[in-house]
Amino acid sequence: MENFNQIEKDILDKIKSIKNRNSYDSVKTEIFGKKGILTELFKKIGSLDQDQRKEFASRLNSLKTKVTEILEKKLNDFNQLEIDKKLKNENLDVTLPGRTYFSGKIHPVSQVIDEVTSIFSEIGFSVEEGPDVENEYYNFSALNTPENHPARDMHDTFYLEQSKDLLLRTHTSPVQIRTMLKGKPPFKIIAPGRTYRCDSDQTHSPMFHQLEGLHIGKNINMGHLKGCLYYFVKKFFEVEKVKIRFRPSHFPFTEPSAEVDIGYKIENGQIKVGDGDKWLEVLGCGMVHPNVLKNAKVNPKQYQGYAFGVGLDRLAMLKYGINDLRAFFESDIRWLEFYGFDPLDVPTNYRGLSR
Amino acid sequence: MITSLSWLKNHLSTKANLKQVVERLTEIGLEVESIKSPDSSLDNFTICKIIKSQKHPNADKLKICEVDIGKGNLVKVVCGAQNAIDGLFTVYAPPGAIIPKTKIKLKIAKIRGIESFGMLCSGNELDQSSDVDGIIELNKKDKNIGDKYFKNSSEEVIDISITPNRPDCLGIRGIARDLAASGLGHLKKQPPIKINQKFKQPIKVSIINEKNNGCAVFGSVYIKNVVNKESPDWLKKRIVSLGLKPISAIVDITNYIMFDLNRPLHAYDADKINKEIIVRNSKKGETFEALDNKKYLLDNDMCAITDKSGVLGLGGIIGGTRSGTEFSTKNILLESAYFYPSEIRKTAKKLNIDTDAKYRFERGIDPNSIKIGLELAMCMVLDICGGEASKLSFAGKFKTKNKSIELNYDKFLNIIGFAITSSEIKKILTSLGCEIKSGKKSIKVYPPSWRPDIKQDIDLIEELIRIKGYKKIPLINPEKENIKETLNNRQKLFHFSQRAVAAKGFIEAVTWSFTDSKVDNYFSELKNEIRLSNPISNDLDVLRSSLYSNLMISAKKNIHRNFEDLMLFEIGPVFTGKEPGKQTTMIGAIKTGKHSRKNWIEKERNFDVFDIKGDVLRTLTEIGIDSQKISISNKTKKWYHPGRSGLISLGSSNGPELAYFGEIHPSIIKKLDLKVETVLGFEIFLDNIPESRKKIREIKPQFIVSDYQKVIRDFAFVIDGKINSGEIINIVKNTDKVLIKNVKIFDIYQGENIESGKKSIAFSVTFEPKEKTLSEEDIEKVSKNIISSVQKETGATLRS
Repeated sequence: MENFNQIEKDILDKIKSIKNRNSYDSVKTEIFGKKGILTELFKKIGSLDQDQRKEFASRLNSLKTKVTEILEKKLNDFNQLEIDKKLKNENLDVTLPGRTYFSGKIHPVSQVIDEVTSIFSEIGFSVEEGPDVENEYYNFSALNTPENHPARDMHDTFYLEQSKDLLLRTHTSPVQIRTMLKGKPPFKIIAPGRTYRCDSDQTHSPMFHQLEGLHIGKNINMGHLKGCLYYFVKKFFEVEKVKIRFRPSHFPFTEPSAEVDIGYKIENGQIKVGDGDKWLEVLGCGMVHPNVLKNAKVNPKQYQGYAFGVGLDRLAMLKYGINDLRAFFESDIRWLEFYGFDPLDVPTNYRGLSR
Repeated sequence: MITSLSWLKNHLSTKANLKQVVERLTEIGLEVESIKSPDSSLDNFTICKIIKSQKHPNADKLKICEVDIGKGNLVKVVCGAQNAIDGLFTVYAPPGAIIPKTKIKLKIAKIRGIESFGMLCSGNELDQSSDVDGIIELNKKDKNIGDKYFKNSSEEVIDISITPNRPDCLGIRGIARDLAASGLGHLKKQPPIKINQKFKQPIKVSIINEKNNGCAVFGSVYIKNVVNKESPDWLKKRIVSLGLKPISAIVDITNYIMFDLNRPLHAYDADKINKEIIVRNSKKGETFEALDNKKYLLDNDMCAITDKSGVLGLGGIIGGTRSGTEFSTKNILLESAYFYPSEIRKTAKKLNIDTDAKYRFERGIDPNSIKIGLELAMCMVLDICGGEASKLSFAGKFKTKNKSIELNYDKFLNIIGFAITSSEIKKILTSLGCEIKSGKKSIKVYPPSWRPDIKQDIDLIEELIRIKGYKKIPLINPEKENIKETLNNRQKLFHFSQRAVAAKGFIEAVTWSFTDSKVDNYFSELKNEIRLSNPISNDLDVLRSSLYSNLMISAKKNIHRNFEDLMLFEIGPVFTGKEPGKQTTMIGAIKTGKHSRKNWIEKERNFDVFDIKGDVLRTLTEIGIDSQKISISNKTKKWYHPGRSGLISLGSSNGPELAYFGEIHPSIIKKLDLKVETVLGFEIFLDNIPESRKKIREIKPQFIVSDYQKVIRDFAFVIDGKINSGEIINIVKNTDKVLIKNVKIFDIYQGENIESGKKSIAFSVTFEPKEKTLSEEDIEKVSKNIISSVQKETGATLRS
């Protein structure tokens, strides 16, 4: 029987003598190579007697395991050393800027349209649209505003050339008519969109955005209107309590009509919505006039309901502290970047309307 | 509409104070816009303090005073008064103030070489005393620097915004009636009028009965031997509080009645009327000079008040200078008439005249106020100007339509959401002037003649809740149930693509739907531009036919501000015709400048066509276009660089157009003076994106993992330079549609070692076997197929 202790000592001495990766490889070959020390010993097993074979094999195997482990550790040490050496020379100035990327933005009006849509979606409204160019009938007459009615003076209307009948819609209310004419009640819709009045100064823009709301059913009354708008205002401004005032007013297409004011105060030069002793008009609304229902082929004896109109740009200004309406449409890149929203900021009910 | 508490109290007996009245007005729909003191020229005079006074270097008797005028403002004033000493509180008049005594308007002036900013005042100059010795000396104890010196003694006026349905509230009595109905006091009765009218109105009045006649009734009274003069103070004050100028007693009286009762009147100098008054339709070409000193050329069928010499005035709109009253007027004719609203409106619109009378007549005047208006005005004239009045005369007749409205008691509950008692209904409607006949389930309501707006039961409901108070409307919480999906597929597409484009780094702009026709023409294929008849300015004269027009204008503004690296987009309508609905929804995006300007790690380079192509393709695939079905060709539009732009279409190059992309035509960039070399852009036709009826999960094939290794092989060919790489990719793919998963071009080369007019193209092909691992032979076979197909169809040679 071989002197395993001596063999082990020889082998460990060899391993100890390893100084670098190259000598590691040659030592490993000396041990495990084709003619390596351990290889030779394994070859021997077959020629041994039955009684010696078992012990020999067992001792040889445990020696192999031990040597393998030691060699592996040795290799790891070499690798680690090499990496450590490499790392010493790999220093980046990580404060340098990274590679170029571009951050897009969503316009505040678009964001607010998504916000209000999300809110009204929660209470069962779906979205309808209508054309930007309208004729007199849909924009005025069908809405109970006949020609030569002084209420038309409140709308400075853009007309198309060579046509007294075609105009840019002055409000989103024509969508009420179009929606009712193409469907059957009940109706529960909102219609956001572009609207136009030929008026241009610090607080008026010739184009702005409105959101129309219409809810027609068998017994929809003014209490529903109030409930709907309270819900909307509270959700939109994301405040627990809002001071809201319903005030009688007049629109030809609703009767009774109301304007809705919200309470606000000025704090540190900024408007704070919801509280305070000042009032700000935010929307107009009312019960849809029976004449309008008739014009839209809905029987006012069976159906009734409410409609409302909100200025979306105005809402955006209030919520996000934007002072100048005209800047919305001037496409100054600095303004758009400042007031714009990240495209990933999709207003939803579960994640919240805004961050 | 302007009123004041004291004027309201002429008609309303109430204990309410100003604040209560104002609150109530808003609550009942008469929105108070402001409460303010009428402007006074004396407001300029303020309390000041002389901080320091020194002798004027060039004048012995003058001093230079440093004066504190409040809010931390110090000014230099040159003053001659002996008593202008340090620490004195006195009265300061700034430049622009008018000195009461001399009526001279102050200016910044140099006095002996020293600039004086305003003046310090003496009691004499302020018309307060005859004391000419020195400036006013104020007791410093109760004076705040900067406060007004003159307490504004005139009453505060209430400015109410009256909605067009409420002509009755264009008179102060109407406002008082509403306040009384709402429980804030009682409406006073008009005192009876008893005047001894002995003689008949001597001027004949007739209304010609013809088509489009604008006048129903013409009531008049003749007052002789009047002495026209300035109005008494109380009347002047009222007229001033309305923001009007007192003119003469007679004119002021007619204005007073107009605002008091919403009853416009007109006064003629009776001696200037040629014989008689004929109310008739005007004839085209007639002219007259109106009281606004303008000459008007009339059209056919305008309601003209005429005499034997021609037009005196336009009925209900404006009187003429020919028959106007003056201080010398001796005999007057007062007119109180009813003109039809629509005729008034038509005429005023045509001639572009706006007057207080027109504003009232077009909204509807109480036809029953003709008599009371005449009587009250007559009394006031006799009171102030003396004279003797004729009997009243009336020409024409108002066809009263005293129609009743049936109101069911339960209608209020149905519309408003809570019930009120029938007795309350009656009380409110009666207090508003309605007459009522009660029934069991309903009442018959006869609205008053001053409420042309009340036509059906819903109008009565509004009156009831308005007076009852909108606060009482119950709040019913909304139901959270959807009848329909919130957005349809088109709308979802809109919102998805909007954010998809923004996610590529583009900043969303929202620009006007109109634009400059000069710019829009570059980007338009329309035969006729869609012009506005009343644009707000000449460079916003057409509806846009492309999103590029405004984007380019915006880009220019930003670039000229030195923001030259831009990525802008807009999503919205462009217009294809005049009719409603002739519009399509587009996305337009532009990109200009450099990808990485002066960058330490990346090579600085301009944005190029392949940047914009990447953006548009990624957007299209994100919104659901199958990239396998996309066809890209070099078809283009006139506003793109002909060689650096392309079309993305569905299926084939003749399929539905999804998008154009490329470099904007250099000559357009030049003409627009954009100051950049290139602008890249894409346009997506959102309306052409096919609407998938199925959900993505329904379209997707089953997920199958292949256990066999994928293999990649590279090929390089030399081909004709004109052959598009897209063609090669298609040829390669078609050789084995199952096995070939991807063809990727990794090199294009033209130049040395390549024959001119040809190019080298290198690509790698990925094979993904589904049934077995590919052997060398298999790969060899399919590679040979690829090579021979490419060679056969393009005449290419394999590059060694």
